[in-house]
Amino acid sequence: MMHGSGTETYLNAGTSLRSWLLTTDHKRIALLYFASITFFFFVGGIAATMIRLELVTPAGDLVSADGYNRLFTMHGIIMVWFFLIPSIPATLGNFMVPMMIGARDLAFPRLNLLSWYLYIIGGLITLTALLLGGVDTGWTFYEPFSTAYSNGYVVLTILGIFISGFSSVLTGLNFIVTIHKLRAPGLTWYRLPVFIWSTYSTSLILVLATPVLAMTLLMLTAERVLHVGIFDPALGGDPLLFQHMFWFYSHPAVYIMILPSMGVVSEIVPCFARKSLFGYKFVVWCSIAIGAIGFLVWGHHMFVSGQSLYASIVFSFLTYAVAVPSAIKVFNWVATMHKGWIHFDAPMLYAFGFIGLFTMGGITGLFLAALAVDVHVTDTYFVVAHFHYIMVGGAVMGYFGGLHYWWPKITGRLYPEYWARFAAILTFFGFNLTFFPQYVLGVLGMPRRYQVYPPEFQIWHVLSSAGASILAVGYALPLFYFAWSILKGPRAPANQWNATGLEWLTRSPPPPHNFSTTPEVVRGPYCYDLDGNPQPQAAHV
Amino acid sequence: MQGFPFWPARAGGGYAMQWDALFIGLLIVAVLTVGLVLFLMILYAARYRHDSKADRSDRTKKSWRFELSWTAASLIVFVALGLWGAHLFVKLYQPPKDALQIFVVGKQWMWKAQHPGGQREIDELHVPAGRDVRLVMASQDVIHSFFIPALRVKHDVVPGRYETLWFRADKPGRYHLFCAEYCGTDHARMGGWIVVMAPRQYAEWLNNNGGQPTLAAQGAILFRRFGCSGCHGPGRAVRAPPLEGVYGGPVPLSDGSVVIADDRYIRDSILMPKAQVAAGYQPIMPSFAGQIGEDDLAKLVAYIQSLGPEKPRGQ
Repeated sequence: MMHGSGTETYLNAGTSLRSWLLTTDHKRIALLYFASITFFFFVGGIAATMIRLELVTPAGDLVSADGYNRLFTMHGIIMVWFFLIPSIPATLGNFMVPMMIGARDLAFPRLNLLSWYLYIIGGLITLTALLLGGVDTGWTFYEPFSTAYSNGYVVLTILGIFISGFSSVLTGLNFIVTIHKLRAPGLTWYRLPVFIWSTYSTSLILVLATPVLAMTLLMLTAERVLHVGIFDPALGGDPLLFQHMFWFYSHPAVYIMILPSMGVVSEIVPCFARKSLFGYKFVVWCSIAIGAIGFLVWGHHMFVSGQSLYASIVFSFLTYAVAVPSAIKVFNWVATMHKGWIHFDAPMLYAFGFIGLFTMGGITGLFLAALAVDVHVTDTYFVVAHFHYIMVGGAVMGYFGGLHYWWPKITGRLYPEYWARFAAILTFFGFNLTFFPQYVLGVLGMPRRYQVYPPEFQIWHVLSSAGASILAVGYALPLFYFAWSILKGPRAPANQWNATGLEWLTRSPPPPHNFSTTPEVVRGPYCYDLDGNPQPQAAHV
Repeated sequence: MQGFPFWPARAGGGYAMQWDALFIGLLIVAVLTVGLVLFLMILYAARYRHDSKADRSDRTKKSWRFELSWTAASLIVFVALGLWGAHLFVKLYQPPKDALQIFVVGKQWMWKAQHPGGQREIDELHVPAGRDVRLVMASQDVIHSFFIPALRVKHDVVPGRYETLWFRADKPGRYHLFCAEYCGTDHARMGGWIVVMAPRQYAEWLNNNGGQPTLAAQGAILFRRFGCSGCHGPGRAVRAPPLEGVYGGPVPLSDGSVVIADDRYIRDSILMPKAQVAAGYQPIMPSFAGQIGEDDLAKLVAYIQSLGPEKPRGQ
C-alpha cells in the first residue's frame, strides 16, 4: 500500500512487523483489530454453516448430538464476544473517534495497544478450548448445567472471555476520556457527530456492564472448580441468580452491538441524502437513553423462568420504554431522506438494509415483550430470528455499511462500486431468506438448540439453509473486492462522498498524526445547503 | 417435507384462542408499522434520488411535535397490546382450584409423569379433554422447560423448587411436548406427546394403566419408610407438628411470619426443614436433601395433601 507520491501516511510510516505489533497509532491498532475480528467472524461463520447444513434434514446426520451442541455454543461465543462486541467500536471506532473529533490519537495510545493484546490473548485461549474439544453449555452458560453437568472445557473458555472483557473495559475507558478531553477547538458536545455520541454511550455500557460479567464468570468458576455453592441448588445456590447476573450484562451487551451501528447509519444517511440529520438532538439523547434504560430490562429474558409475576410485569413495561428511543431514531433517519438528494452508493444500500431489518427486529422484540406472547415463543426460533435481525441484520449490516463508507479513507483506495452494491443487495435478500422462515418456525413451536426436529418443520429449515448459502456469498464477496482494492484499486480523494466530518478534511489515507494542523470547528455535523452541497465542520486543514 | 405449515395446531379453546387473537393483533400492527417505514423509505428514495427534479423547497422544519406524535402513537398502540399480553399472562398464575393435579419430573433426558391414581408414564402425558389440569413440576438435575405449543404454554422447571403450570385442552389428539430449555446432549430428543382424550377414553386409559396404589397411598408407605411417621405420625415420640389438615392453609412460623402450606412449602420443609420452622416447635428435624428423589418427593407431597383439608380432586 505504498504511495508513490512520497507523502507520509500512517500506512507507509513503518513497514516492519515490529512497527505494526508495537504500534500505538490508533489507526494501525484499528487495522490489527480489523484483521483479528475478520478471522473470528469467519470461524463463527464456519460453525453457523455446519449448523445450517445439519438442519436441512430433520434427523441428525452430519454431526453427533454433542457435536451439534458444541457447534452452536462455539458460534454464539465467538460471534458475541470475539466479533460483535469489538466489531464497530474497536475497528471503526478506534480509527474514526480521534479523526472525527480532530485529535491526533486516543487519550491513552499504549492502553489501546494493550487492549488489542488482551483481546488476542483472550481470543486464542477461548479458541484453544474450542479446538481441544469445545464446550457444550451454550453461550449463556446456564446453571447448574455449566458447573455440575457440562463435560466441556468450561473454565478455559470462560478464562478467554474474562480476559477479553478487560479489553472491552479499557477500550471503553479510552473512548470516554478521549471524547471528553481531546475534542478540537470549537467542537462542542452538540457539534459532535452522532457516531461519537453512540460510541460514548457504548463505552459507558462497556465500562459499567463488563465487570458484572467478569464477576459472574468468576463465581461460576469458583463453583465448578471449588464447589462453592452459589448457583447450584444441590450446593445450596440459586440458579435464577445466575440468570439475573448473566443478563444484567448480556442484555446491555446487545446495545453494545447495536448502538455503534446506529451511529454509523446516522453518519451514512445524511451524507448520502445530502441533507442534515432530522432531529439531531433527539437522535443524540436517544443513544444515551438506550444505554441507560438498557440496564433495566434484563428480566425480560426470564418470563418463564419462575421469576416473580410482578417482576415480569415491570420488566415488560420497561422493555416498551427502551423501544421508544430506537423507534424515534428510525423515524428520524427516514425523515432525513425527505426532500434530500439521495445517492445509492454501497454504504447507503447497507444503511437502507439496516433500517429495514432493524425495524423488523425491533418490532418482533415488542412481540416478545408482551408477556403471554413471550411464554409461547421464548426459547424457540422466534427468538433466534429476532436477535439475528438485531445483531446481524442490524449490527453487522451497519458494520459493513461503515466499512464501505470509510474504506476509501482508511486505505486510500476505492473498491469496485457495482460489486459492492451487488454484495449489499445480496446480503439483504440472503439474510431475509435465512431468518424470516425462523420466525415462522418459532410460532409453530420449534425450540432452539435442537439438532433433530419433527418433520413438519423441515420446509422452513430448508429455506433458511438456502438463504444462509446466499448470505455466505454476500459476506465473502467483500473479502475479494476489498483485497483487489488494496492491491489495485484506484486512489481515493480526501473526501470521497462529499461528507462534512473532520475525518474527510485530511488526506486518504491519513498522515500518521491525522491532521497537519488542528482543525478549528465552526459548525455542527451534516450541514448541507438546499442544493446538497456540503459545508465541512472546519475549514480545510 | 410436509408442505408449508403457517400456524401451530391448537388443542384448546380458552387461553390458546385468546393467545392467537393477541398474536394476530400484534401481527397487524407490526405489518402496518414496518410497512409505513418501508413505504416512506422507498417513496423518498424514489422521489428524491439525486438526479430527480422534485421540488425540495419548503423543507419540513424539525420539530419536537413530530418526535412526540410519532413516538406517542406507536407507543400507545404497542403498550395497549402489551397490557393485553400481561392480562393473559396473569391468568397463567391463577390455576383453578379444582384442577386435576399431575406431578411431572424432568431429568436428562425424559419427562416422567405421576397421576393421582398412581399411573406413571414417560415422555407422554395423557390428560382428559375439557378439564383443567395443573402440573406440579420438578427437575432432578438441570433446568428444563415444559413446552406444549398446541396450548401456547411453557414453563421452566428449575431444580430445587416446584414450578406449576396449568392448562385446559379441549380437542382430543396427540400434540408435541418439547423441552425448551437447553439441558445437554439429548436436549433435542427430550420430548414426546401430550395425549388429549375424551373423558370416557381417559377413564378407560386410567383403568388400563392402574393397578398400583394411588400416589398418596404410595406416599404413605414412604412416610413410614423414611421415618417421617416416627415424629409426625400418631403416637409420636418427639414433639413435631401434626400434618393433618395442614395442606393449603396458613402456617405461622417461628419468626412471626405466616406462609401458605402449598406444594412448594411442603417440599422445602422436607429438604430444608430449618429454613421455615413452624411456630412453637424446635428446629430439630434433619434434612432429607440428597436422600429422596423428586419422584418420591411427589408421592410424599401427595400424601400430605391427602391429609386434607383441601383434597385435590382425582384421588
